[in-house]
Amino acid sequence: MHQRRTILPLRTGLLFLGPAALFIGAFILLPFFWIAGVSFTNRTLTGATAANPQFVGLQNYLKLFDLSTFMNPGQFGSSLVITGQFVFWSAIVGQAVLGLLLAWFFYRRSGWVKESVQTLAIVAWIIPDVVVAFAWNAFLDYDGGTLNWLFGLVGLHKVDWLLAMPLLSIVLFNAWRGAAFSMLLFSSALGSIPPSYLETADVAGAGPWQRLKDIILPLIRTHIVTDLILITLWTFNTFGPFLLTGGGPAFKTEVVSVLTYRMAFKYFDFGTGSALGMVMMLINLGFALVYLGLLRRQGSSR
Amino acid sequence: MKQRITALVTLLVLGAMVSPAFSQSLSIVCRCVAGGANANQVAWLKEYVIPEFEKAHAGVSVTLNEFGGTDDALKQQYALDLSVGKGNDVMGFDGFWIPEFASGNLLKPLNAVAGAAVDGWEGWNHISAGIQSILSYGGAIYGVANGTDVRMIFYRKDILEQAGVANADAWQPTSWADITDAAAKVLAAFPDSAPLQINAGTSVGEATTLQGYYMLLLGTGEEPFMDGKWVVRSQGILDTLNYYRDIYVDHAYGSQRVQLVKDGRDQSFANFRDGKTAMLVEGDWFYRSVTAPGSDYAVDNRDEIMGWAKMPSETPGSGIRGQDYVSASGGTGWVLNPNTANPQLAWELLAFMNSKGARDVWMTYQPGIPARDDVPVPNSAFLTDTAAALLPLTVSRPNNDYYAKVSEQIQLMTENVVSGQMTPQQAMDAYAAAVTGIVGADAPFDLHAH
Repeated sequence: MHQRRTILPLRTGLLFLGPAALFIGAFILLPFFWIAGVSFTNRTLTGATAANPQFVGLQNYLKLFDLSTFMNPGQFGSSLVITGQFVFWSAIVGQAVLGLLLAWFFYRRSGWVKESVQTLAIVAWIIPDVVVAFAWNAFLDYDGGTLNWLFGLVGLHKVDWLLAMPLLSIVLFNAWRGAAFSMLLFSSALGSIPPSYLETADVAGAGPWQRLKDIILPLIRTHIVTDLILITLWTFNTFGPFLLTGGGPAFKTEVVSVLTYRMAFKYFDFGTGSALGMVMMLINLGFALVYLGLLRRQGSSR
Repeated sequence: MKQRITALVTLLVLGAMVSPAFSQSLSIVCRCVAGGANANQVAWLKEYVIPEFEKAHAGVSVTLNEFGGTDDALKQQYALDLSVGKGNDVMGFDGFWIPEFASGNLLKPLNAVAGAAVDGWEGWNHISAGIQSILSYGGAIYGVANGTDVRMIFYRKDILEQAGVANADAWQPTSWADITDAAAKVLAAFPDSAPLQINAGTSVGEATTLQGYYMLLLGTGEEPFMDGKWVVRSQGILDTLNYYRDIYVDHAYGSQRVQLVKDGRDQSFANFRDGKTAMLVEGDWFYRSVTAPGSDYAVDNRDEIMGWAKMPSETPGSGIRGQDYVSASGGTGWVLNPNTANPQLAWELLAFMNSKGARDVWMTYQPGIPARDDVPVPNSAFLTDTAAALLPLTVSRPNNDYYAKVSEQIQLMTENVVSGQMTPQQAMDAYAAAVTGIVGADAPFDLHAH
């Protein structure tokens, strides 16, 4: 029975699978096991432990979770809290909600406003990171920044954005950067709703809020969950804030990916860096499992 | 058409095969950019060293790779390059990086790379043991030093004068309080200014440790590493942190912002140039290169309005070895990449770069305190005076495996204080915990006697 459904014979199928499996093996599985191994050693890039790394058991992990310093600035706990705030505000509130609003606002509309707003959002999404960071640095700069210039025009005081409101700056940056993805995903989800549903609702006298709550949201629920999975994982791992603030001032924007970078490639402490990487991976796995569970529950309830 | 393409491809392939007309090639890398940081070095290498060396060695081509990033980024690049057996043949190197690169087997002693030719070099007879030690580790020499440097307070005579600081033309504070008194006067006269710059924070890296923290801590009679142990809790550390707090948190004697932003060091230079900062603690490099005529931060009319003063101890006599004044020294130089394909030739290049002839020419590009005793100290009152006044007072960093890591914690400790997020006591406790974690619980100690 199964035999009949396969398009390719088993051997050919494996052959086709080969290149991808090789790639995943070489660039994902191998580094993963290497990092898992290094996280139990005191390996560094320079110094005596570069030449002779030693097995240290769980020491790197215990250091990360040392409760006496856990919440100090620049330590893992504090970095996790910052990352949580960053993900919640920039990904879930910023990107997903903004993307949904944009998609909903332009749903069944056309014209130059829609075209230009959507194009701008997509441009923000596809420009290379370094270019974007340069532009945002110019935008937020204290002395010559565009934003402070605009503030000056309307008689407001200059704000030292990257220093006085560093977390807000990277949240705005990341929301702006990534809203296009959610917008595109939700636009296509909305496009799949049969127009007759909404026309019927119109006839029945439903307002825009009722249409959104009772028709649109339930119909695109799986898309919302998919969107949340993807942007949460991406935002959790993103290195973008580094380009804007370098993790500073005084570690106030040091999200976990930047902390990992500092440990591994600034302090050359591969052991601690790898341990951080492993913990991050477990957290990501946790997110993914929760969301996949939600998705499955929705699938079966339909 | 197709034939034409085939012909073109053939031509290109043939061309590629013939083009290595040079039989051997060497590369040099330094943190230097034409028209930017250390532009003099680029000019010296491109106008003198490379042409002369290529003339003397037919068939050899030398390329210079200009690295435009920060010192930390260059160190990172070196560590990554060397750990996979790559990198340039001759590398500009900061002396304090040597211990961790040497103990990690990323670098090898010069004579292990290029053999007997190194030991027989005439230059060793002209470079003192002290200067040789700048790029040494465990009794072996890893590179040739360019020279050494000293640190001091640079100040703007014009600003101090206008603010009513006494003796502004030949200002010489004798205690930390004298410095902050002058800063208070400048601030009163120019409320928008940031009169004093003593480096703090992580963003400027080692410039915080050596130009900032060391220059203060030495004035309390302490060093970070004493009697073979790392000092993690002491009155000297607390005094130093309290002084930082006084400058950047309790008063606005200096710009807190400059210590915390990513490009703070450049901003501090610009502030000095623009007269926004009247006193700045830096190495003689600040005079030789940063504010020199024609550079980005050139101070107009420099000879008239820019002066230097010895860094005073906290109070007279409280400094290291009971000194009234203190200074700290480091040094940079060149090392050989142990992975070089042409070790002999690379050594010949390094030896040529440090020959009397090449160093004499270097002094015309950028006068400094020379490493070789047969290179005359340039006719510069500034260099002669500072070397005479400060070399007897100066202190070098410990040649210790853990230094670089502890230094990062020092930068962090100062950042915790100047950002206002920790009290000096809290920052010192965090430092003690971190350093203990780095060097092991047995090594560090608390210093109670003062």
